This record gives sequence, structure tokens and C-alpha cells, in this order.
Amino acid sequence: MITTLRWVCPVLTALFLALNLSGCASTNPAYPPEEPAMHSVREIDDEYIAHVNDPWEGFNRSMYKFNYTFDKYVFLPVVNTYEFLAPTFVQTGVSNFFNNIGEICTLYNSLFQLKGGKALTTTGRFLTNSTLGIAGLFDPATRLGLARQNEDFGQTLGRWGVGTGPYVVMPVLGPATVRDVSGYAVDTGVHAALVNEADLDEDLQNGITALNTIDIRHQQPFRYYESGYPFEYYMVRFLYREKQELEALR
Amino acid sequence: MKYLKLLFIMSLVLLPALCPAAGDGYGYPILDSYAATIMGTPDKLKLKHPEGIPSRELVIHPILNLKKPDVFFYDNGLRCALAYQKKKAPLIFLIAGTGSSYNAPKLMAMMNGLYNAGFHVITLSSPTHPNFVINASRSHIPGNLTEDAADLYQVMETAWNHVKGDIEVSNFCLSGYSLGATQAAFVAKLDDERKVFNFNKVLLINPAVSLYDSVKRIEALLDGIPGGPKKIGAFFNRMLNRFVEFYREGDFIEVNNEFLYEVYKADLVSRDEAGGLIGLSFRINSAGMLFASDVMTNGGYIVPKNRVLKPSDPLEDYFRVGVYLSFIQYFNEYFYPYFRGQRPGLTREQLIQSLSLKSIEGYLKSNPKFGVMTNENDFILSSADREYLRQLFGEATKVYPRGGHLGNLEYRDNMVYMTDFVGFFN
Repeated sequence: MITTLRWVCPVLTALFLALNLSGCASTNPAYPPEEPAMHSVREIDDEYIAHVNDPWEGFNRSMYKFNYTFDKYVFLPVVNTYEFLAPTFVQTGVSNFFNNIGEICTLYNSLFQLKGGKALTTTGRFLTNSTLGIAGLFDPATRLGLARQNEDFGQTLGRWGVGTGPYVVMPVLGPATVRDVSGYAVDTGVHAALVNEADLDEDLQNGITALNTIDIRHQQPFRYYESGYPFEYYMVRFLYREKQELEALR
Repeated sequence: MKYLKLLFIMSLVLLPALCPAAGDGYGYPILDSYAATIMGTPDKLKLKHPEGIPSRELVIHPILNLKKPDVFFYDNGLRCALAYQKKKAPLIFLIAGTGSSYNAPKLMAMMNGLYNAGFHVITLSSPTHPNFVINASRSHIPGNLTEDAADLYQVMETAWNHVKGDIEVSNFCLSGYSLGATQAAFVAKLDDERKVFNFNKVLLINPAVSLYDSVKRIEALLDGIPGGPKKIGAFFNRMLNRFVEFYREGDFIEVNNEFLYEVYKADLVSRDEAGGLIGLSFRINSAGMLFASDVMTNGGYIVPKNRVLKPSDPLEDYFRVGVYLSFIQYFNEYFYPYFRGQRPGLTREQLIQSLSLKSIEGYLKSNPKFGVMTNENDFILSSADREYLRQLFGEATKVYPRGGHLGNLEYRDNMVYMTDFVGFFN
């Protein structure tokens, strides 16, 4: 993970700069002066709909656009190739495998939050799938009635009273909050430490990280701007915050 | 496990509703028109089809040399979907309802059903969907049925030219739901003159008779919320808080059908509020249409005239204004003035009359290619409208006892009727 990040970061930065600069380079022809619109927010005396505090909106919208472009030219072509080449049962096996490793993250975070039931279910899942499920390639636990849980360090921080912080759209990773980002850093650190313990060959480790990254996108059906709705950014922002709020209630 | 639980909950929820319904021999279970519209058809009562059909996305450019403002940088052309048979088969075009896209769940369900009944299928976004407003509407001002039909026809021809090398087609059919159904009637009339497709069958599903009257009826749903349509934001937040509170108290894994049925069972939403939610979702859709139209025409309606929006510019204020404005305001302040500019002397009344099936009734009356499906409690129609449809299409008018507006579209009887009707001669 760490070694991959070493080359991913500069590449991302370069891409981001290139994409944004090309946007700025086009010069606007002289337009006639603006005239006020017939209707504006001034006439509204009502609460906001689906509003989320977003002090970094300008940055976030640029990042949202960047992710769309990155998806379109880099990420999705790779994922599509993977989906084309790998038989469906292989794709399912790969997803199951990484989801099974992800149970470790859910487990320690359930414990940190003193959620005994979740920790128990997750332990049951991990043990069942690692053995009966042949190292996590299959998911018999779900069929046995142990539903997959989802906890991360961001949620743990929330459990102990840390506020979400502002909404932020991360490069590649997408919608998040400042709290999620810190949580993500912790979980990634733990993951890297565990992988280090396994003492794998560096090439193999990089290969696994790459496959993990592809699988994450493969499992995520969301496509930027697919709705064609001009206010999609606001809808996504709202749904993300709602999802987070509901998760915190569980 | 999850399925069993859902089934169990549904039987609890639906039993009381089913009992009085048993008398009329129609098994769609949700009695109330607003509840039916919001909840649709329970999964158990849908037709089962094999998963995954051969299909692909089409991206077409019906208007050549179209200039798109930077704020629509993500828009690469009009998107449609094609599901194709590997043998010679009839091709049916499907038109989505107000604000809906070519891949809206209802349209995908129809595509699935018709594919499995042996059709090639091409789905089209509503002319009110931003992707259509930007790429395929020549005026960029949707809602004029005659012009919408001409735009749709152009799209169908372009899409057909795009795929005709790849699929073998025996004949053509046409269908659409809601506004898309009303537009389908106008498209069929145009085809009678142009004769590119010579549609075999045209099926109108929950059409509006008069666009203006139907829109007025949908807008009126917002009158029932406290403070009326001008307090639509407060209404939204109140409903949201109530859902979150309910979720907090219950033991739910995620927000899914199960949660929705629990909400229904708990009488969490009054009838007026359910109506308000339908009106609200209509407004949220129309905000996207208004914005796309206003930017494309530089109309100065909600975006200042001559403003050049960049991709990262905040748009939330336009969203708020778009949701706040009623469709009737759009009609009076934006739509009508534009068409009066095109045709001096055009009165408001004349324009309203032209946006109705009545304006082409000479063509529609007893035309054997047409069929209609609608519901006794579809609230976009008055009882006079329903009577009118019966007179117009006679025996080809199928009126179900309930289902609200499109709630029963995926119900198995409806799906069978739909595929039987268009498939009759094939």
C-alpha cells in the first residue's frame, strides 16, 4: 500500500494540475454585461432543501470533476478490462476475499465502540469465511444468516464524540468528511502494518494492492455525472451525509 | 433470510389492504393512489425475468455542431439504451416520463419485460430530462408536444441509423409512460406523415390528456402541506427528520424496501404529506429541466443573462430557485412568452389547447394501432379525462381499479397486458 502510494501521489498531483490548467487556459471571449435573472433566491423565505455545510465547495467541485475525469480516462478503463477478462466467479471470489480481510477493520472498530453484537457477528463471519469459505473466496456466512457489518475508524471517532468536520471530496476516493479522512488514514495504517507482518514479496504485495484498488471500484456502482442532473453534486453530498448520519445510529 | 423477513413484513403490511381488494379480481395490493405511486409494486408481485439481457448504451448527437456551455462539460451527447435480440424481431421505442432518464427503473423494467417478450428495445429519456434538453431539443425549451415529438422523431431516426446495421427488425412499435405517453401519441401522428417507422402498435401508459391540467393537478398536491408550496423546504426537512427518527427507533440494517414498508405500516406519513412528497419530487425534477433550459437559451430566467458558468461554480442557489418555482410560473413567464415570440398572436388559451390529446383527436379517434393503460385513481387525470380516453380509444382502453400514477406499472398483470398488446401481431 505504502509503496504504491509513493508513485500514485505524484501522478495524481500531475494529473490534477494538468486537467485544471487545461480548463483555465481557454480564454473567454468578451461577453455582453450580465443582467439580473427574473427569479433569484432573494424571493425565497423558506428553509434549504438537502443542504449540507460545505465551506470548501469550490475545491470540492473541482475534485468532483477531477474524479469524473480520472474515472473516465484511467480508473474505469482498467476496471472494465478487468471485468472483461476475469470470469464472473473470479470477480466474486476476489471481492469476497478483500471483503473478508476488511472484516478485521470492522472487528476492531466494533470493539473500540463497545458494540458486542457486531463484533461477535463479524468474528463469526471472519472465522466461517476463512475456513468454510476457503480463505475468504466464498461467503457462506451470509447464507448462514450472519449479515455483513460495516465499521471504520471514522465511525469510531464519531462514537466518542468527534464531530464530522466539513464535507470534503477526496481525489479518487470521493465523498468524505474530515473525520472520515482521518479514520481512513488510521485504518489504512493498520492494514499496512498487518500486510507488513505477512512479509510478502514486494511485487506480490503491489499486485495485491492494485487488485484491491480495482476491486473497490468494481464493487462501487456509482458513476460521476451519470444522472445528468445538473445539481447532482448537491444530491450526492446530501445522500452521503444522510448515509453517514444513519450509520452512526446503528 | 432477508427475503423471508421482507416477505413476512409485507404479508403483515399488505393483508389488511388486500382484503377489500379481493372482490374485483385485480391483485395489485396498494389501495391509496399516493401510496401506490410512491411505493410502486412489491418485488414479490413483479414478473420474474432472467437476470442480465444483451444491451448497450448508445450515445448520439441528433443536433449537429451543438455548442454546449462549460458547465455541462460532462455531457457527451444524448444517451439511450438498446436491448437487442440475436434474431429478426420487432423494435419498440420507449419514452420516459417527466424528468426521467433512459435508464430510469420503470423504463428498465419495461425494457426487461419487452425484451423477454421478443422485442428489440430502445429507451429514450424524457424531452424534459436535462440530457435531452441539452442535446436533442432544438428550442431547448421542452413541453410543447408538437415540437417535442419532432425532436423525439429526430432522435429515433438517429438512433435507428446508429443500430440498423447490427440488428434485424421486422416492424416498429412505440410506447411511453406519463408525459412520455402523451408525447408518443404526437410522435405517432408525425410518423403518419413522415412514414419512417409506420408504427404497428402504440401503447400509452398513464398518459396525461391535457398537459396543463395534469401539471396543475400535480402542483396542487403541494397545497396540502403546512404553509403551502412556498414552504416546500421546511416540509422536506420535517419529513426527513421524521424518517431519521423512525430509523433511530427501529432496528433496520439499511434503507431499503423493508424500511419503506415499515414507514407505510407505521402511518408515518399522512395522505396530504404523501401527496406533498410527490409534488416535491416533481419540483426537484423540474428544477434540473429549468436550469438546463435556461443555460442553453441564455434565457435569464433563473441564471443571470450572459453569465458564463464555470464547472466549479456553485449552483445551489439555482437549485433552490428551480425547486421554488411552480410549473405554472414556468408556463406563464418562460414557456408562453417564448412561443408567443415565435408565433405572434398566439394566445395563452390556444397554447394550452395545443398541449392536449384533444388537439389531435381526429387522428387518434378509433385508430386501431393505439391502446391505453391507466388507473381509476391516477390523480393526474380527472374522471372526465378518463371518460374521454374511453371514448377516444373504446375497447383499447384498459382502466385498472387502482395503482395511482404508475404504481402498478411493474405489477405482473400489467406487464403481461403490455407485452400482449404490443406483441399481438408479432
